[in-house]
Amino acid sequence: MAHLFFGYFAGMITITSILVVALRNPVYSALSLLIMFFHVAGLFITLHAEFLAAVQVIVYAGAILVLYLFVVMLLNVNRDDRYHSQWRVVAFVCVPLSIEFLVLLSGTMGAANRQPASLPVEPHTADNTLAIGRTLFSTYLFPFEVASLILLVAMIGAIFLAKRDIGENEAKDVTRVPGAQ
Amino acid sequence: MTFAVGDLFLILPELLVITAACVVLVLDPVLRGPRKDVLVWFSLGTLAICMGVTASQVSGPTAIFSGLVIIDAYGAFWKLLLYFVTGLTILLSYSYLKEERLYFGEYYGFVLLALAGMMVMVSADDLLTIYLGTELMSLSLYVLAGLKRAEPRSLEASAKYFVLGAFSSGILLYGISLLYGATGSTRLPEIATAIASQGLSDPLLLLSTILLAVGFGFKLAVVPFHMWTPDVYQGAPTSVTAFMAVASKAASFGAFLRVFIEGLGGLKANWSAIFLLLCIATLLIGNIVALVQTNVKRMLAYSSIAHAGYALIGVVAAGRMEGSSGIASVLLYLALYTFMTFGAFAIVAMLRKGDIEGEEIEDFTGLSKRHPLAALLMLIFMVSLAGIPPTAGFVGKLYIFKSAVEAGMTWLAALGLIFAAISAYFYLRLVMVMYMREPIDHSDTAPHLVMSPTLSIVLACTVAGVVIFGVYPNPLVSFAMQAVLILK
Repeated sequence: MAHLFFGYFAGMITITSILVVALRNPVYSALSLLIMFFHVAGLFITLHAEFLAAVQVIVYAGAILVLYLFVVMLLNVNRDDRYHSQWRVVAFVCVPLSIEFLVLLSGTMGAANRQPASLPVEPHTADNTLAIGRTLFSTYLFPFEVASLILLVAMIGAIFLAKRDIGENEAKDVTRVPGAQ
Repeated sequence: MTFAVGDLFLILPELLVITAACVVLVLDPVLRGPRKDVLVWFSLGTLAICMGVTASQVSGPTAIFSGLVIIDAYGAFWKLLLYFVTGLTILLSYSYLKEERLYFGEYYGFVLLALAGMMVMVSADDLLTIYLGTELMSLSLYVLAGLKRAEPRSLEASAKYFVLGAFSSGILLYGISLLYGATGSTRLPEIATAIASQGLSDPLLLLSTILLAVGFGFKLAVVPFHMWTPDVYQGAPTSVTAFMAVASKAASFGAFLRVFIEGLGGLKANWSAIFLLLCIATLLIGNIVALVQTNVKRMLAYSSIAHAGYALIGVVAAGRMEGSSGIASVLLYLALYTFMTFGAFAIVAMLRKGDIEGEEIEDFTGLSKRHPLAALLMLIFMVSLAGIPPTAGFVGKLYIFKSAVEAGMTWLAALGLIFAAISAYFYLRLVMVMYMREPIDHSDTAPHLVMSPTLSIVLACTVAGVVIFGVYPNPLVSFAMQAVLILK
């Protein structure tokens, strides 16, 4: 049964991934990406990682993909053929990745023969949202807080670079009449 | 595993810097006009306090936050250097931003947040934490590079830095994840134990070492991962360039050495071969391409690439020989590099041609006639960058080459010497232009140096460092020696 589910999810992920790059209409590409994200989430559920599955749906499918669609619609790049003849780039990326894939999976030293690293929680029984939360706020508290700072910098940085009055105009703030633009 | 409240006292400098950054960001919209100067003095005051706190932490290693962070002399060395550079950056920016008419307080907030990221990088003992520190530093620097929004070059620098930085972060993260797969931990001591017990024949280990080397190579700007450096250094505001060229490089070296010596120490034979190649390529490209630059900022960018190459000689030497003084010499080299590079950038920042920066080599023509003191200082910085005694640059190169000779690589030291001789050409060409040529332009728009009290402090500090440590480097040498004891 588990193999059947894995086969289904893996197959759908492969097909939809190919469709993402093969389809000519960017909106269709984005939608096949959405289907792919859902199947990745399904794969996580078969691995008993419900939290990751939920994050996958909420963050990737819910937030990032909507952003993609917005960009596609705002830029109006429907059926742009410029991005479909980059075989050199494809080869440049694919060849190293395939070699690396073979190194990782094949051979006696490959990942297939490796003992998995010791797991802090028993995945089949424990409530993994609780376990992740506990770990994040005790052992990994410091990096977690650093990550929150990164988000702060990203947010303020985006506002800083995008705000209208920057530099010399700001010096005139004192004298400017409210509402005058 | 919970954390103890006592841990918070040990990361007091980090907390202070972050708090100061937040206070600056909050106060900035409240304060108007000249009152924004308060932010500068506030930031400097925080740095002074942090310096005091960190100076008291130069003691044995204390692991905190379940071993993710380590407080030791090694981290303290880099932190003290970083406070110093950040202080200089803030002082330089104070007059530079006025000259460029860029009045905003967020700038200081971002500088402090970048510093916080760097502090995390040099004191983290865990790959994931190091990665997050790198990201915090880089994101702040991306924003700072795009500060001059009106100028396309600055925006180009920011965008290019962002794209390549994100790419290199991805590679670094990939290396970390493979290493986690191979060793079962992201903590450096545990990685070292796992490597010692498993042996080295694992292709995953080699692959992750290469990926980590590439990821850090981008941050350190070593050839062939240097392509972003000249454009970003040229396009970014000069005060930010100085900060990037010195502080970000120092912090990256701090994290890089800890990862490769402490975590991947068992793979020395592998990585020293990789770094030997990178080192020779960096020395070659950095020094040769600098010869043909006509823009001083670009020239200094290639010079900073070349200096990373000299520092790598020390890393290679440490990889070849147990108990080598290579790592200590790298620390010393970067500390001394700080003074001369920052000083040179400070002069470039304040040389104005009309309303813009005079950053072409021609703009330095006959500088000795109009600003004899500034020309003399630039002469000292250039001589030091070229590594001519009795300056700091000579001392740094001496220790680097000594460690190479001790490790049985006299040929590498000789190669470094040849490249140092080549580099003397482009450094001294600037000196020649300043001293041997008459000023061409006598109009109002002729390049002139804008002096200010803060710039004087910056120049005084850097030139004092170059001269004093050039003559009497012993305190710095013994501190560097003490700092690297932890890594053995």
